[in-house]
Parts: sequence; C-alpha cells; structure tokens
Amino acid sequence: MSAAVSLLPAQQLAALNDAYRRAVAKKRLRTTLVTAVCFAALLIAAMGAEVNVVTFVSKLGNFVSYFDRIFTLDTGARAWKDIAEWFWGWQKWLSLLGETVLISYVGTLVGAVIAFGLNFLAAENTAPSAALRFAVKRFMEFCRTVPDIVFALIFVIAFGLGPMAGVLAIAIHCIGALGKQYGEIVENIDMKPVEGIRSTGAGWTDCMRFAVLPQVAAGFASYTLLRFEINVRGASVMGFVGAGGIGQELVVAVRKFYYSDVSAILLMIIVTVFIIDIGTGWLRGRLFGKEARA
Amino acid sequence: MNKLPSANSEELRARYPAVFNRPMASRAAVPAIFVAALALFVFGLTELEFSPARIIAGVKQLGWITMMMIPPDPGSSLPAYLAAMGETLSIALLGTTLAALFALPVSLLAARNIIPSPWLRFPVRRFLDSIRGVDTLIWALVWINVVGLGPFAGVLAIAVSDFGAFGKLFSEAFEAADKKQVEGIRASGGSPLHEIRFGLLPQVLPVIAGQVLYFIESNTRSATIIGIVGAGGIGLQLAEQIRVLEWQKVSFLILMILVAVAAIDWISSKLRFAIIGRRAVV
Repeated sequence: MSAAVSLLPAQQLAALNDAYRRAVAKKRLRTTLVTAVCFAALLIAAMGAEVNVVTFVSKLGNFVSYFDRIFTLDTGARAWKDIAEWFWGWQKWLSLLGETVLISYVGTLVGAVIAFGLNFLAAENTAPSAALRFAVKRFMEFCRTVPDIVFALIFVIAFGLGPMAGVLAIAIHCIGALGKQYGEIVENIDMKPVEGIRSTGAGWTDCMRFAVLPQVAAGFASYTLLRFEINVRGASVMGFVGAGGIGQELVVAVRKFYYSDVSAILLMIIVTVFIIDIGTGWLRGRLFGKEARA
Repeated sequence: MNKLPSANSEELRARYPAVFNRPMASRAAVPAIFVAALALFVFGLTELEFSPARIIAGVKQLGWITMMMIPPDPGSSLPAYLAAMGETLSIALLGTTLAALFALPVSLLAARNIIPSPWLRFPVRRFLDSIRGVDTLIWALVWINVVGLGPFAGVLAIAVSDFGAFGKLFSEAFEAADKKQVEGIRASGGSPLHEIRFGLLPQVLPVIAGQVLYFIESNTRSATIIGIVGAGGIGLQLAEQIRVLEWQKVSFLILMILVAVAAIDWISSKLRFAIIGRRAVV
C-alpha cells in the first residue's frame, strides 16, 4: 500500500507556515515570560528566606553525617548491633506513643461529633437559614486555617501543660476540617428522599435523621478515619509545645543531642504511623467496599 | 391510613427473611462498635487527665485571654511582622519549588508504567513513605541542627517533607497517564527518554502544576508554624508573643495569618483554573 503525499501550492503553504511560525513564536514568548516571572519570584523568595548556597553546600556533609550519628550508639557501635541498648527506653516511649494515639482518637472523636452537629447547618441544601449558614461556615474556616499547634500553644497556657491541651487543639482543628468535608458530602446527596420525608409532615431534624443520614454515613465514617490518621501525625508533634505525647521526648532528644534516641523514637513514630495507615485503610475497605474509595 | 393487615405482614416476613430475621451478630455489630468506641473515649479522657474542674478553669482562662486579645494591635512591631510574613511566604514558595524539582525524577522511578520491575519501585516507594511519616516540624528540628536557626532551615524542612508527598502524587499522575501517546512515540522510533519527554510529560505537567500550586497554598499554613521550633517566619514571632502573653499582638498575628492564607488561596485557585481549566479541579 502506498500513500501519495499531496503538497499544497507554494503560495498557500507559505501562508500556512507563516501562521504556524507566528503561533509558535507567541507560545514561546508566553512560556519565556512565565518562566521569567517564576524565576524572579523565586529569586525574591530566596533573598527573603536568607538562602545561602555556600552554607548549604558546606553543611550538607553535616546532614548526611547527622544520619550517621543518629544511628551510632554512645559506645560507638552501629545502633542495630545492639537493639536492647538502642531502644533502651522502649517502655516509656511505647506508653507515650499510646498517649499520642489516644490524643488523636479523643480529639478526632470530639471534633467529629461537633462537626457532625454543625455540618447540616453549613451545607447549602440543608441549612435552615442563610445567616446561620454563613456564620457556621466562617467559624469552621477559622478553625481549620489557624494551625492546630497554634491552638495548642494557647491552650497550654489556658489549660496547663499536658495532653488535654493537645486533645482540644486537635478537636478544634477537626471541627473545621471535617465540618467542611462532611458539608461537601451532604451537598452532593440525592434530595428526593428528603422531599419524601418532608411530604409526610416531618420536621427538620427528622428529615436529617431519616433522609440525609443514611446517604452520608459511609462517607462521613471514611473521612473521619482518614482524619484520625492525619491527627496521629499531628499529635506526634504536639509535645513540642508541651501538649502531651511523644513529641516532648523527641524534642528533648534532638536538642540535647541524644543521637541514638532520636533515631529510635523516629523509627517508632514512623512504624506507628504505618500501622495506623494500614489499619484504617483496611477498615475503610472492609466497611465500605470498593465504591467508597473512589 | 390503616395499618398493614397482619396476614400481609406475615407474607412480607416470609418474603424478605433477610430484612426481618437478621442474624444476631449483624444486629449487634453497630451497637457493639458504638459501645467500644465510647468505652475507649472514656478511658482516653481519664488517661489524658481530663477533669470537669480543669475544663471549667481552662475555659474561664480562655475567656479571659480572648477578652485580652481585643482589639488586635501590633504595637510598634508592624514592620517586623510584615517582614516575618514575607519570610513565611518565601519559605513556602521556595520549599515547594525545591521539593517539586527533586521529586519529579524520583517519581519516575516510583511509577509502575515506567519502571515495571518491583525491585526498584518498591524500595523507592517505601523510602518516600517514610519521609512522609515524619512531620514537617521534626524535619525542621533536624535541619536546624544542620544549617543553624533561621528561615533556611524552614525551606529545607518543607522541601524534604514535600519531596515525599510529591514523589507519591507525581508517580500516581504518571500512572494515570494515557499510554497511547507513549506507544506512538515508540512506534516512530523514539528512545525511552523521548517517550517520557514527548509522550508522558505533556500529559502530566498540567496535573503536576496544579498540585504544586495547591501545595504552595497548604505550605503557607505549614510555614507559619515551623517558626515555633526556630526555623524562621511568622511562627517565631507568634510563639514568642504567646509565651510573653502579649495577647493583642497574638490576635493581630493570627489575623495576619488568616488574611495571608486567604490571599494565597485566592491567587493559587485563579492560577490553577488558568492552567488546568475549571472542570479538572475537583
């Protein structure tokens, strides 16, 4: 099979080529401009952030050797040669990790219950009044934009040092984050059941309970599990500001250069986060099958 | 309206045994989960030293603090705060960009359609996972040990922790790409590098650009807090003012953060729509 390539007459071809070249040149100019703007922004940012390439290059060895040092015991041996010495504080650390997970659990639960109560007021299709909706939405925005550790800093002063401040900080952040996600699920429901329930003369609460809730329960549970997982990570640093959990131990170990402790605690945190990740992933798959994961 | 005649309900029972005669196990499951969750919750409250007295005292204290916060007032340190805010934005922008630059090549190694062999892909993925398992604040602590206090440590902390996140997201974007273009390039005699450059990158770049913009937005939030451990930016000021109980300055700083985050949100959503179109943003 042979195909003949038909060429256009030179005149037409020249015009087309010209147009093509102009289009390409325009696109190139745009790309160059965008790149230039990006570079300028980065350059300004680099000056603002006091980036110093010389320091970085000269200290980069420190970064690599830092990992060498945190895997070396005080005796000079490699950490994994003497597991008992490496994880000498495992009982204390394990109980602190337990506390971390518990902070996340209690915080997520409190936040989820409040977010559950509020989100029906904030979703467009179920809100009883526009003014209330506006107020609730702004409140949630405030809760999730202020980082949880800032809340923790303030709560540590109000409620005293300890895990309670961490729990409350996580709960507040959770109200904002979950309230938004819950509200988005509610806005996507099928409204026919709601109309059906309303036509029987039911009030607002009954409509929510019997028409909305059955449609959204699975989605809510899935997001809550995901949030719990995120909060375990968040709770692991709450101790930096004195709000309980493993963070306190870690920050002490880093600041006082207890090198092998740093790696031991970090490894324990990473493993815990992995286990929680896998556990909640399994639970979500188990509870809601494949469709909820999409 | 009449009730259903009993004969009729008998018939219904017979016809839908699964609805009327659910086994005990499945009936008990939901209440059992609730009871277990509640029990764990109560255990947690006692374990974490909650008490009504502490809550009441704390809420009183919190109310007092809130009263002290009004009106927000920067005092004479407004220029310093603005500079710190600029530093925060710089940290977010630079950290995210660095992370994206380094994550792009590594994400290729983690994508199934580019590296079919699990022997390389699996370790790369676990490596990215472990980086993500460590919080940005912890990375900030590590980098402070290496390059000293200051915003540069913050940039590096954000770059490292986002490197893990980007590696995963980018590799997923590569895996979701259409492979027809790649086959087209191969059919016309292109090398594997050509396949990636002309077959995959044009499909993936808009997705990646969208994700990077989204991360700049969320990193503005992270960058506000890494100052708490001494890695520069507005968090340093905030933590200091909270520690010395200057509540009017604290509320001013929080307001500044809210405004800056809202502004970055707005700019980056405009840019994202411009890059990938309104429909693609979910």
